[in-house]
Amino acid sequence: MTSWPGVMRAIIGREFLRFIHQRERFLAALVRPLVWLFIFAAGFRAALGLSIIPPYQTYITYETYIVPGLCAMVVLFNGMQSSLGLVYDREMGSMRLLLTSPFPRWWLLFCRLLGSAIISILQVYTFLAIARAFGIAMPPLGYLAVLPGLLLSGIMLGAMGLLLSSLIRQLENFAGVMNFVIFPMFFMSSALYPLWKMAESSRLLHDICALNPFTYAVELIRFSLYLEFNASALLWVLISTFAMLALAFWGYDPARGQTRVKR
Amino acid sequence: MGSFCALLGPNGAGKSTLVSLLTRLLVTSEGAIHIAGHNLDKSPRRALARLGIVFQQQTLDMDLTVNQNLGYFAALHGLPRSEVPRRIDAALDKLGMRDRANEKIRELNGGHRRRTELARSLLHDPAVLLLDEPTVGLDAASRRKITDEVHDLAKEGLCVLWTTHLTDEIRDADNLLVLHHGKVMANGKAGDVRGNLPLAEWFLSRTEDSK
Repeated sequence: MTSWPGVMRAIIGREFLRFIHQRERFLAALVRPLVWLFIFAAGFRAALGLSIIPPYQTYITYETYIVPGLCAMVVLFNGMQSSLGLVYDREMGSMRLLLTSPFPRWWLLFCRLLGSAIISILQVYTFLAIARAFGIAMPPLGYLAVLPGLLLSGIMLGAMGLLLSSLIRQLENFAGVMNFVIFPMFFMSSALYPLWKMAESSRLLHDICALNPFTYAVELIRFSLYLEFNASALLWVLISTFAMLALAFWGYDPARGQTRVKR
Repeated sequence: MGSFCALLGPNGAGKSTLVSLLTRLLVTSEGAIHIAGHNLDKSPRRALARLGIVFQQQTLDMDLTVNQNLGYFAALHGLPRSEVPRRIDAALDKLGMRDRANEKIRELNGGHRRRTELARSLLHDPAVLLLDEPTVGLDAASRRKITDEVHDLAKEGLCVLWTTHLTDEIRDADNLLVLHHGKVMANGKAGDVRGNLPLAEWFLSRTEDSK
């Protein structure tokens, strides 16, 4: 029983193979941010005037502004979809197989999270490549610098999905997750508009946005894409990641989690 | 050394709950579970490493091949990589599945899928084999075949716990535990328990009365 990396390799490998076999899912995951980028942003650019805020050093188009937010959206949706997969897996039994491995449960779940984060990253890079092909380019090194931020955000949002999946009793409740978790999280963030714009409309909403960990995932991605370091974003994302992981592992503790979920 | 123990009970008797407890998906605050001498609560890793499981629901990846499914499981159990191909071949040989090693699960029929799961449960060389209603959804021929194969495994030295609600899968020489309303109603050799009645009749008379 020495092969911890072997377990990781196997779980990530399985996620990867499943991903390859679900090309429709990949396309759907790609179409979503592209619709936002090429349709929503095109229509919206006239309505929203952006001033120069860090990390940007000059005026930017609205399309350029929302690219990091859309990267984070890909990661968010993928993390949630993977949590849907977990509920499905639990109903279909393959989660049981995973959980009866003699390795510690937290390690098995962490590997699964890492696997889905890596899949998200592949989708993000495909999206960034398409955006670049249409002229929305980042500094070349930014594409590399963003990698740790994407990975961390992927684990954070995946852990949030994992936590939700331990609370959702049935598959049908996933629509509720969409409405009550994904959309509010996405809209109450700096993905589509800078927070100062939000403050102009409502102080309260601005404060909520400023507490939303997703905002910091967006900013972490935005700043690293432009080769700048945003310490507060990194700190928030790190804290949220650890908190979500701890809660998710707690949710899957055999002494609870499954007991409540089964009945 | 080996033994075949059938856990018989009508639907709702508590079989699935017991299986969840034995596989540590649920934990109980009372009592203790020992698997091959290891306490499941205190040393779960050692206990689980000695336990082979075939779940009631299918747990194979449909788009992966038999080999890939078994390889995934071998890694989940931390088997040394150098040994995995040999172990997979041996397990598939035992169940006559070797020639299907590279077929996708989606292309296999129900009986072959179950045999794949059985082969998988043997990969890590468990001492105890737990099968949760493994014949559900199989046709008569496949059912018979799996039942025979697992009886053979018990003869070869495995300790088998087989849950079912079908009496024809149980032989007189098997150990029989009858579970009803969450309680053990009978415990002994199947032949002794049923007395002069056929097991099916004995079982119906006992479980219908008290419903």
